[in-house]
Order: sequence, then structure tokens, then C-alpha cells
Amino acid sequence: MRESSAVRWARRVVLTLLTVFTVLPLYVMVVSSIKPLQDVQGAFTWIPTHVTFRPFIDMWQTVPLGRYFVNSLIVALCATVCSVTIAIFTGYAVSRYRFAGRGTFMTVVLSTQMFPGILFLLPLFLIFVNIDRYTGITLYGSRLGLIITYLTFALPFSIWLIAGYFDTIPRELDEAARVDGAGPMRTLFSVLLPVAAPGIVAVAIYAFMTAWGEVLFASVLTDQSTRTLAVGLREYANQAQVYWNEVMAASVVISLPVVVGFLALQKFLVHGLTAGAVKS
Amino acid sequence: MSDTITATSGDAPPRAPRGPRRRRFKPGRNLLPYALVVPALIAELAIHIVPMLVGAWMSLLHLTQFFIRNWTAAPYGGLTNYRIAVDTNGPVGKDLLHSFFITVAVTVLVVAGAWLFGLAAAVFLQKPFRGRGTLRTLFLVPYALPVFTAVITWRFMFQRDSGMVNNVLSDELHLVHGHPFWLLGGNSFAALVIIHIWRLWPFAFLTLTAGLQSVPGDLYEAAAIDGAGFVRRLRSVTLPLLRPVNRVLLLVLFLWTFNDFNVPYILFDQPPANADMISIHIYNASFITWNFGLGSAMSVLLLAFLLIVTLGYLGAGRLRSRHA
Repeated sequence: MRESSAVRWARRVVLTLLTVFTVLPLYVMVVSSIKPLQDVQGAFTWIPTHVTFRPFIDMWQTVPLGRYFVNSLIVALCATVCSVTIAIFTGYAVSRYRFAGRGTFMTVVLSTQMFPGILFLLPLFLIFVNIDRYTGITLYGSRLGLIITYLTFALPFSIWLIAGYFDTIPRELDEAARVDGAGPMRTLFSVLLPVAAPGIVAVAIYAFMTAWGEVLFASVLTDQSTRTLAVGLREYANQAQVYWNEVMAASVVISLPVVVGFLALQKFLVHGLTAGAVKS
Repeated sequence: MSDTITATSGDAPPRAPRGPRRRRFKPGRNLLPYALVVPALIAELAIHIVPMLVGAWMSLLHLTQFFIRNWTAAPYGGLTNYRIAVDTNGPVGKDLLHSFFITVAVTVLVVAGAWLFGLAAAVFLQKPFRGRGTLRTLFLVPYALPVFTAVITWRFMFQRDSGMVNNVLSDELHLVHGHPFWLLGGNSFAALVIIHIWRLWPFAFLTLTAGLQSVPGDLYEAAAIDGAGFVRRLRSVTLPLLRPVNRVLLLVLFLWTFNDFNVPYILFDQPPANADMISIHIYNASFITWNFGLGSAMSVLLLAFLLIVTLGYLGAGRLRSRHA
């Protein structure tokens, strides 16, 4: 198959434009994070007049970024562990058992994914406030409330992905384990989980990204002491005097772990994320 | 299926008495899947299903700031909230309708843009060449970036005097005169669309790339031998084969953009009228006036709209594939 030169040029132009479009914000983020303050307050420059790493040190003082960081980390890690654990059990049931209501269950769980968050936000806020009032369990303004909320956000997709991974593991493995006398749980933990490990890690990254980047519920369900990065960083930008170099430095630090994790595991994630679209 | 066949073939022993006896020996076997599903079910019920029903109930109440801590005492208002929300002569209904149209416009442009960019990248990266892997990875970065860091960077780029956008457009390329505002007034609409496309097109690219991998290579060979050029191959081979992928992809892009709250929330202190997307409109309407009843009514209307569009879209797709 030979290509005409028109196609070759179209390819070069299109890919170059898309690369520029993709890279520009990334470049601005990184280059502004190593600029001194007067550089980001005046007209934009492509190259910093001099390189400084002060923003990466100062950013922790301007707003309580450290606290936001710890909050985000606790919330995202707990939500990830919980949702992956639940998704493993549910995915196992969905993949290996044909129980009554299985189809309905999956449809309901997956369709919650398409509903607008604003629909749950007001009632959930009200329910949390009233649970506090009647039982004394503080969910509103606490990390616990946020963890419970976030674990359900990642759950539908995680269940679906994990069930999909389990489906690709031949049942002969299960049966061999049964013959050796392993019960269903033993089979899950010592046969299926080791084989599905890459898939589980990919799902964990997905769950972590979901919780790490959530904004809407964090903006309502947290208070000063439990605020997460998603809301904290916006506060930064809403101040009268914005230290954009520090905001960009903070953005670099916040983004780096997720982007690296995503890219390192993109093979598994991409497979899972697109499997559904291709299958249906 | 195979069970029924053996049972009716005659050779197999009658099955009916076997079932219950087995079950008595292994009661855990049939309950186990339900036990495994219970945690997920409780979580989904608690955070999604129950709040949704509560929300529908709230929309029928005069639930103002006086009743937040004691909402069961809020007086029943019937459909009053809905009447206020859809009354386009009143200020509330007028703003809601405006926000709805803005959201539709943003969504149409973003879905079209993200899909086109994704398709272009997927098609042009189909054939192996040096640097293809690097580009594929690079194109995924906007999708991997936490949404709030991405949008806050754009917010910096769209600053009037210190932003990169005005610097490039006005000072370097001289395409526009002076330094326009991007985050106030009419331009905020364009800013919103650009940022949404930047964030979403990698997902379209990802999905379409996976879809293209299932297209057999010899189909292209055959088309090329028949003398089909690049555009012809795209139109008669690639696009028809991508149809099932597109059906899901377009729906997902639509729902994500239409429901999006994050981009306008982080981009603006207070979204200007031209960037007042529906989710943040309901959010502000609810939390500024603390009229949760009215906010819930708007949310229910939003859900109804999304359901009608989604079901209509899926139904139309099914009808078309049946006739094809």
C-alpha cells in the first residue's frame, strides 16, 4: 500500500498540530513552576529569565498544601483499597456464578455511572447532615464520608474490569484447584488473584485517579481541616494575589504520581478501558 | 443449555431428585455469589440509589435553608418547584433555560471536536513509524492528568496580561488586537470548549485506536488494490467498521461533557453567563439560595432529559442496525 505525498503531508501537519495542542499546557505548567514570581506576573515568556526551585519550597507555606496533600492521600488510598477489595469479590461472583438477578445487578451498577453527580450531591449532603444529627456519626466534613462516597464512584467500572479479567482466565484452572480440595475463596485468592494481578493493579490506579481528581463532592463534603487538593488548589487561584509559579509547582507535584502510574500501566489500563467499547 | 440436552436425551438419569439433595449438602454454594455481591450492593444503594430516591422526594418539598437540619419538617409543595424551574418567564426558569442551551452548545462542539481529533490521531498513527509509540503515550497525558491541575494550568494560560494565550495570539502572531479577556464575557465560552476538547480527545483517540486494531489489515489491501485512495478507504472501510465503537464513544463523550462540573468550577470564580454549564448552574442555584427543593427539581429534570436522549439514541441505533 503506497501513500500519496498528500496523505504523508496531511499526517505530518495533523500530528504536529495535535502534539503542539497537547504539549502547550504541559510545557506552561512545568516551565512556570521554575520561574521567579516577577516572571509569572509580567508578560508570558517561553524561557525563564532564571531558573529557581523556590516555588517548590514556598508553595507549602502560602496555603496549607501539606494538609491538603495528606487529606487527599488518605482519602484516595482508603477509597482505592476498599473499592478494589469489594470489586474483587463482586467481580468473582459475576464472572464465575450465574445467579438470579446477575444481569439486572450489572445494569443497575453500571448505569449509576452515567448519572450526573449533581443529582446525588444535594440528597447525599442532606443525608450526611441528618445522620450526624440523629446518630452522632460525622460523615459531613469528615474524611470517612468522602471515602465512602469515592469508593462507590470507582466501583462500577472496577467491577466490570475485574470481571472481564477473570473471564479471560480459563475455568480449567478453577476446576484443577477444586480437585485439589480448594474451596471457592481459596480458589479466588490462590489461583485467580495471582493471574489477574496486573489487571487488579490497573483497576487500583483507576480507582486512585478517580478519587485523587474528584472535585464536586470534595467541594461540599469537606471543611477546612479535611479539605483535599482538588478544592485547595482552587482556593490558591481565587486569592487576590495569585502566586502562579507556586500553583504550577503544586500542580506538577500533584500530577506527577498519577501520570507516571498511568503511563507505566497504560497497557493494562488501555486494554480494560477500551475492551467494553470494542466488544459491544 | 447443554444440561437440557443431556436431560432430554434419555440416557442420562432423571435430574429432578438430584438437585435438592445436592443443595442440602452444599448450602453455601448457591448463597455464595449473593454474599460476595452484598458489599457492592450496599455501597451502591447507600450512595447512589437511595440518594436518588431521596432527591426525587426532596424536589416535591419546600426545602429551604430553614429545614436543612430537619428536612422531614419541610412542607410538601407538590410540583411547585418544577413549575418554577420550567417557567421561562420567571427569573429562575429563564436562567435555567439559558444554561441548558449553553450546555447543549458546548457539548455539541466538544463531542464533534474530540471525536474528530481522536479519529485523526488514531488513523494517522495506524501505520507503524519511528516515534509512533512516543506520540501514543504523549497523547494520553491530558487524560491521565488530574482534572483540577489541568484546568488550573489553562486558567493561568488564559490570564489577560500574564497568560500564554494572549501573548501568542496578540504579541507574537498579531492575530488579535490588544489583550482580550478570556475568562470573562463572551470568550469564556470558547475557553470552555477548548479545555474540554483538550481533556476529552485522548479518550476518543484511545477508544478509536482500539477499535481500529480489530479491523483486519487485508481489508485495506483489498481496497487499495481496487484503487481506493486514502479518503475512499477511510469512508468505505474504516468508518463503517468503527460504527459500533462510535456508538458507545459518542454517548460517553456526550454524557461526560453534558454533566461536567469540574472545568467551569475550577476555571472561574463565578462562571460568566456564557459559560454557565448546567451542573454548576444547579450547584450555584442550590448552595447560594440554599433552596434544595428547587435544586433537586432541576436535577430531576436534568436526569429526565439525559434518560430520554440516551434511550432514544440507543433505540435509534438498534433500529438502524436491524434495517442495515
